Amino acid sequence: MNIHEYQAREILESYGVAVPRAGVASTPDEARKLAEGFGGRAVVKAQVHAGGRGKAGGVKLVSSPDEAAEAAAGMLGKNLITHQTRSEGVPVRKVMVAELTDIADELYVAITMDADAKAPMVMASSEGGMDIEEVAANTPDKIVRVAADPLIGLSPYHARDIAMKIGVPIDLVRPAATLITNLARVFQEKDASLVEINPLVVTTDGKVMALDAKIGFEDDALFRHPEIAALEDPEQNDALEQKAHDAGLAYVKLDGGRVGCMVNGAGLAMATMDITKTAGADPANFLDVGGGAAEDKIAEAFEIIVSDSDVEAILVNLFGGILRCDVAARGIVMGANNTGTQMPLVVAMRGTNAEEGLQILADAGLNVTTVGDLGEAATALTQVLSGGSN
Amino acid sequence: MGILIDENTRLLVQGLGRDGSFQASRCRAYGTNMVAGVHPRRGGTMFEDEVPIFETVADAVAATGANVGLIFVPASGAADAIIEQVDAGLPLVVCISEGVPVQDMVTTLAYIEDKPTRLLGPNCPGLIRPSTKGKIGIIPGNILSEGRVGVVSRSGTLTYEAVVQLTELGIGQSTCVGIGGDPLHGTTFVDVLEMFENDDETDAIVMIGEIGGTKEQQAAEYIKNHVTKPVVGAIVGQTAPPGKRMGHAGAIITGKAALASEKIRILEEAGVHVAESPAVIGAKMAEVLGR
Repeated sequence: MNIHEYQAREILESYGVAVPRAGVASTPDEARKLAEGFGGRAVVKAQVHAGGRGKAGGVKLVSSPDEAAEAAAGMLGKNLITHQTRSEGVPVRKVMVAELTDIADELYVAITMDADAKAPMVMASSEGGMDIEEVAANTPDKIVRVAADPLIGLSPYHARDIAMKIGVPIDLVRPAATLITNLARVFQEKDASLVEINPLVVTTDGKVMALDAKIGFEDDALFRHPEIAALEDPEQNDALEQKAHDAGLAYVKLDGGRVGCMVNGAGLAMATMDITKTAGADPANFLDVGGGAAEDKIAEAFEIIVSDSDVEAILVNLFGGILRCDVAARGIVMGANNTGTQMPLVVAMRGTNAEEGLQILADAGLNVTTVGDLGEAATALTQVLSGGSN
Repeated sequence: MGILIDENTRLLVQGLGRDGSFQASRCRAYGTNMVAGVHPRRGGTMFEDEVPIFETVADAVAATGANVGLIFVPASGAADAIIEQVDAGLPLVVCISEGVPVQDMVTTLAYIEDKPTRLLGPNCPGLIRPSTKGKIGIIPGNILSEGRVGVVSRSGTLTYEAVVQLTELGIGQSTCVGIGGDPLHGTTFVDVLEMFENDDETDAIVMIGEIGGTKEQQAAEYIKNHVTKPVVGAIVGQTAPPGKRMGHAGAIITGKAALASEKIRILEEAGVHVAESPAVIGAKMAEVLGR
């Protein structure tokens, strides 16, 4: 789960991390007042769950309260389109107004989970304010990596070492190390998947400060952080993805695909998507209905796939285990009736009650091509998409 | 010989809720010797009138000599269950639970590192060995056939797909192992590849990987240097977009190494016969075996 920058800033502040003075505004007038409080010079930042805001016009430097109001008016209520958003962009409901900071140096520090180290990994660099993946690709020696101990966490000497290696001035190493240690505490105590400060700045008046903050959280651990779960902003997500999420379905929308995929199991779902490529078409989505899905959940999954306007055909691939194919088939029929779709279906059903499931689909008069395995599915899909008969 | 389980396997199941009970029943029906159940409030009762239920894992192990633990408890308590089973001295612990917080696995893996227990999972379908009628987990027994191909995979249902393809071509399986879809898990591809390489019941190996992480790269390195048996590989997620979690917590493209195309290239370099699509895993094995 992702949160907004202003929310991340508040979490960091509560952990004693130095951040610029800032406030959040929902109207141009609120933005004006905040800028007034900072003496007029400020930065106005659109609050969206996407990177690349600067290039997209979502970050504006202003030198008066009126300019702050104007900048906010230009962002609020509109959609911001960046290279990381879907094509229609994401809505801006709030802007953050922060005081301007006089920067002497820009650094980078982030913490992620490292599967090989089996521990949180601190990544830091002297090259702040840039795309860190580019730094990693072009000048990998400029990135410092230190794994936290899985049981003890990040030791203070590690944090001092990191601060020195990324070029923090020697008299600021101690506060920088404290800041890095606190970031590691946020990561661990809040079950974060990412804490990224880009840039971490050294100011001209000798402070170390987190100028921008991005924090993501492990969905699987939200049950023990209700205060984090409450920060969710569903509007920032794709509408279909949000609907699927609310229904407890793992669904990812892919832009421009023609074939909707409905599968149980993540690995089989990816395999099914890949198979559509073999059939000469792009998959429209990833969808794992999960293990013990009930009829109405299957129906909802089907309706989500059908309501994607890019979808021309649906590939259903179910391996009954805990999931029963007859239950799934009734769910598909329910979803088809609710939507009134005549979309062609290519269906593979194996395992528990597969024959009953296929019979239910046949009896319902849906436009179904039944196949025995993934290979046949590709062939059938090619025929269906080329308008051939089944 | 065989791997991980044998005719002396004595199964303990922890987490006998609706799904756990259903699956434990399936394990027994397949022929697995389940000797104990663990449920904190049902100690002293029987599972299916034949298997005693205990309040703690330690009690169950002491009373029954259980030597394999299977965990179905909800994700929030899964790490605790793993530690309880490790502390009870079970040599093999299989955790099916899906959605275990990754930080729980950081501390749990560190805790068990110097213990004699092998952990399989979490978020895995477990394992199954047709020759000894041993099933520890949720892989449907009816799709397997006894034979000499070992299967190892990060996935559940995709493993079933591969097994069906093999069975339909008359290619039986020695042992089938799901290592799980989480980024942090106990037993790895390399561990299972080593077991299959040393297993006199296995002639060839199917390895099914997916996008995300670098576990397939480590497997490729191991195969190149240590595996003499033919390996058929498959990597799914070629059509997955970057930065999005594809169901499995570990299946997310975070950089070049996580891409399907990169994993396929490295596996092929290591001499793995990579199936052109997930639909032809069985056919690829038939080709490699000259059938």
